[in-house]
Amino acid sequence: MPLVETKNLTYTYVGAVSPSIKNINIEVEKGEFVLVTGPSGCGKTTLCRCFNGLIPHFYQGTLNGEITVAGLKPTEQPTYDMAKHVGLVFQNPENQLFALSIEKDVAFGLENLGYPRAEIRRRIDWAMKLTGIYELREKSPHEVSGGQQQRVAIASVLAMQPEILVLDEPTSFLDPLSAERIFEVIRSLNKTLGLTVILVEHRLDLTAKYADRMILMDEGEVKLQGSPREVLSREEARLIGVGIPKATLLYQMLSKEGVKLDGPIPLSSDELATQLKEALERV
Amino acid sequence: MIEAENVHFSYPNGIEAVKGVSLTVQDGEFVAIMGQNGAGKTTLVKHFNGLLKPTSGVVRVDGVETTKTTVASLARNVGFVFQNPDHQLFSETVEEEIAFALKNFGFERDVMQKRVDWALKLLGLEKYRKTSPFLLSGGERKRVALASVLAWDPKILILDEPTIGQDHEQKEKLRQFIIQMQTQKRTIIIVTHDVEFVAECNPRVVLMKEGKIIADGEGKNILTSAETLTDASIVLPQVAQVFQQLSNSTLPKNIIDIYEAKVLLCKALECKRR
Repeated sequence: MPLVETKNLTYTYVGAVSPSIKNINIEVEKGEFVLVTGPSGCGKTTLCRCFNGLIPHFYQGTLNGEITVAGLKPTEQPTYDMAKHVGLVFQNPENQLFALSIEKDVAFGLENLGYPRAEIRRRIDWAMKLTGIYELREKSPHEVSGGQQQRVAIASVLAMQPEILVLDEPTSFLDPLSAERIFEVIRSLNKTLGLTVILVEHRLDLTAKYADRMILMDEGEVKLQGSPREVLSREEARLIGVGIPKATLLYQMLSKEGVKLDGPIPLSSDELATQLKEALERV
Repeated sequence: MIEAENVHFSYPNGIEAVKGVSLTVQDGEFVAIMGQNGAGKTTLVKHFNGLLKPTSGVVRVDGVETTKTTVASLARNVGFVFQNPDHQLFSETVEEEIAFALKNFGFERDVMQKRVDWALKLLGLEKYRKTSPFLLSGGERKRVALASVLAWDPKILILDEPTIGQDHEQKEKLRQFIIQMQTQKRTIIIVTHDVEFVAECNPRVVLMKEGKIIADGEGKNILTSAETLTDASIVLPQVAQVFQQLSNSTLPKNIIDIYEAKVLLCKALECKRR
């Protein structure tokens, strides 16, 4: 059974005239790394809010269809129960940070679930070191930069060691090297612990290479699903206006000019460079 | 024109965020300030509209020292769009948000309406005219914040991370808009981590690290110097990454533009046009 499954999931916010997501049918298997992308306002964040029950418990509105996450129905379970299974990192870190120190913020979820002191200590130190904020732990989350706040938000969710990690543009305020480090950490947790990852991102140049599968949304609906290579090579992806990685785009532009490279459509500059090197040697 | 002379700035908690920066931005220039988190980029640009005053050193906007004027009077000429839109949005509807500054600057009613309409259209927000900004997505809220500043058409525009949460189409619109602003001799300063966006625009690039400027020059040159970029926690744009790896060929290394890349590679691979 898939770890996450939705059937005709449709949701309309209070005061909105049309649904933000329409007839969403997706399945996510345990251990998968799924990348969700699509134009601004296409419903990606709304979908994330369904996974841990923020919709419909926190956001009122009309929810139709079915959703199952880790064998539970987020529509029926209280959000605190869902939080044990699903960790959600918000787009805007300020919306989830509130404690007097970074350390307390990271510990908050575990304290609420009543974990023993030593276990809390062990887990928060682990999470803060992974995300590179250990040295900042005594500071207030509101006196650090936007990028550092994002790391705190990620650490506080990782400390809970959820089965499913849902990240909504989690590194938008981070510089590219720091963002890459965070994605590497998430990818390695995905590989080593079998953590299921659902990542919402526009920046495919940074993230397409990590994903097992890509879901492309537009106007509240799922338009394409498949491996990143399949999705990015489809004409629809370009038409919907997805930010195709430059390496992928350059490959496509070259093949239109009749340049045939050996190998599949590249997702990273390394892949394209390798193919080009071979082609240049043959000339 | 913006002139910063040996600017130092320390926050009340004692952290020195800017450590001796000198920088001149001419009218009509397009400058991207890049660097790692905490490098002092946002702190520096907050001096350009007087939100922060230097602890030592001088900042002049059009010849006037920022310590000798007010943020309110600077604002007419210097528009500032924050990194986090929630720091500047507060109105009931998108339309009111955009009209707010225009009202304060005393624009006439019909001019105000025209400008609001123009800004809504430019940023693809017409359908949200009567919507509360807080019902919009993160990327859309960012555009409302941008529209509210563009509406009064400041001479100098400072955009802190304008591409965050923006999809491909919106980024392309922003790029087109910046080009248009440049033809009108507007000055644009962006603070950004988005190397791909900067590679497409090819502005002057100023790299900062630990409160200081470590490189300043043409985008094409800065964005292809791997060592300097890594020092500032910025990665090379993908096109540049590809060309750096083709080290045995006779192809140039300092390529950031994808169309230029295509032409060079086609030539090198002697392909035939269809």
